[in-house]
Amino acid sequence: MEELLLEYLPILIFLGLASGLSIAMVLASVIIGARKPDPEKNSAYECGFDAFDDARMKFDVRFYLVAILFIIFDLEVAFLFPWAISLSEIGVFGFWSMIVFLGILTVGFIYEWRKGALEWE
Amino acid sequence: MVDFWWSYAWPTLWIVIQILFLVVPLLIVVAYLTYAERKVIGLMQLRMGPNVVGPFGLLQPFADALKLMTKELIIPTGANRVVFLMAPMLTFVLAMVGWAVIPVSEGWVISDINVGVLYLFAISSLGVYGIIMAGWASNSKYPFLGALRSAAQMVSYEVSIGFVIITVLLAVGSLNLTDIVLAQKNLWFFIPLLPMFIVFVISALAETNRAPFDLPEAEAELVTGYNVEYSAMAFALFFLGEYANMVLMSGMTVILFLGGWLPPFDIAILNWIPGVVWFSLKVSLILFVFLWVRATLPRYRYDQLMRLGWKVFLPLSLGWVVITAGAIVLFGWYPGIVN
Repeated sequence: MEELLLEYLPILIFLGLASGLSIAMVLASVIIGARKPDPEKNSAYECGFDAFDDARMKFDVRFYLVAILFIIFDLEVAFLFPWAISLSEIGVFGFWSMIVFLGILTVGFIYEWRKGALEWE
Repeated sequence: MVDFWWSYAWPTLWIVIQILFLVVPLLIVVAYLTYAERKVIGLMQLRMGPNVVGPFGLLQPFADALKLMTKELIIPTGANRVVFLMAPMLTFVLAMVGWAVIPVSEGWVISDINVGVLYLFAISSLGVYGIIMAGWASNSKYPFLGALRSAAQMVSYEVSIGFVIITVLLAVGSLNLTDIVLAQKNLWFFIPLLPMFIVFVISALAETNRAPFDLPEAEAELVTGYNVEYSAMAFALFFLGEYANMVLMSGMTVILFLGGWLPPFDIAILNWIPGVVWFSLKVSLILFVFLWVRATLPRYRYDQLMRLGWKVFLPLSLGWVVITAGAIVLFGWYPGIVN
């Protein structure tokens, strides 16, 4: 266990160093850079107009759909990782079990396709 | 005291030194990648590219960095200040941290964890948060639209990248990046897995929001999308993060398909050249393709982009996983290295 955790120590230090570097860069900009605030300058950019209304508006439901599809397929990939590594041990039986699982998901995928969930016009 | 030094302080210091030896060249590479991009695209369009600052314009990246450093850091009035500043930092940090597991030569790796591929996959998935946070926190319409597009795009191509990685893993039998490279000693994977190599490179373009998939930026309609409201070093961090991500994705391509640090032929003269040189050459080649594509191809339309991701790459890569696994089981080509 100790050994396993030690392998991740460099990543933690790396994370710390990278965060430190990025904070230092932003701080440098705050210290060195000019600072002349102006209501016009600080308003949201809309090609020269005053902003019409709040930017956090309604958006297309398809983006949610893509997110949901992504979760399904990313989970599938997550299941495939251990299967791909241990294929030599689980052999033919393991192979066919995964094919059945992928088959079920493919049926769902075909259904989405036929229903037009993947269309963007 | 001596005991403390040898058991704790020195190992930590040694790790920090190793990280600096990776990060400093990496930042220089990123800086010169921006220069190379302008130079390559310039030459492809029969222009000179940057040639004023220093010999052949070689000091241009530093001039740009200094200029951005002295600019005003503008935080829009309606913005969510903390998230607004965190977003570029997150993008930059993630693009850096991915390098912790990349072996640039045999044994030249900061942390040789046994789930290296999974770690890289996780880090590249997290990249989308930086952009979403920027788009949301800016509280401005263009960044918001750009962030939405970007999130949907990155997420779509993430799936095919996942399947491509699975096909490579089927041929290796290990998640460790060093094992993946060593498994290519006789045959680089881009030959048997050529379609997957192409899918991976194109998905890498989409994943890093590069032309022809640079819809989140789309300067003609979204005036560079999620980073409209950013200025000074906050903008520079986004910029560096994007280019560092390009280098990271090229590094991943090289490790998964082009034999990492291995020379193209296993002969003595080529083996004398250090692995890191081969690795850098291959990464440069992929990066050149990135720039070449940008100079050559027009931007995709959004529906074409989504169609390519979901209706072409996803079925293709999923089918290839099944074919690869089927061939391995049928002919008994189980990978030699099993951990």
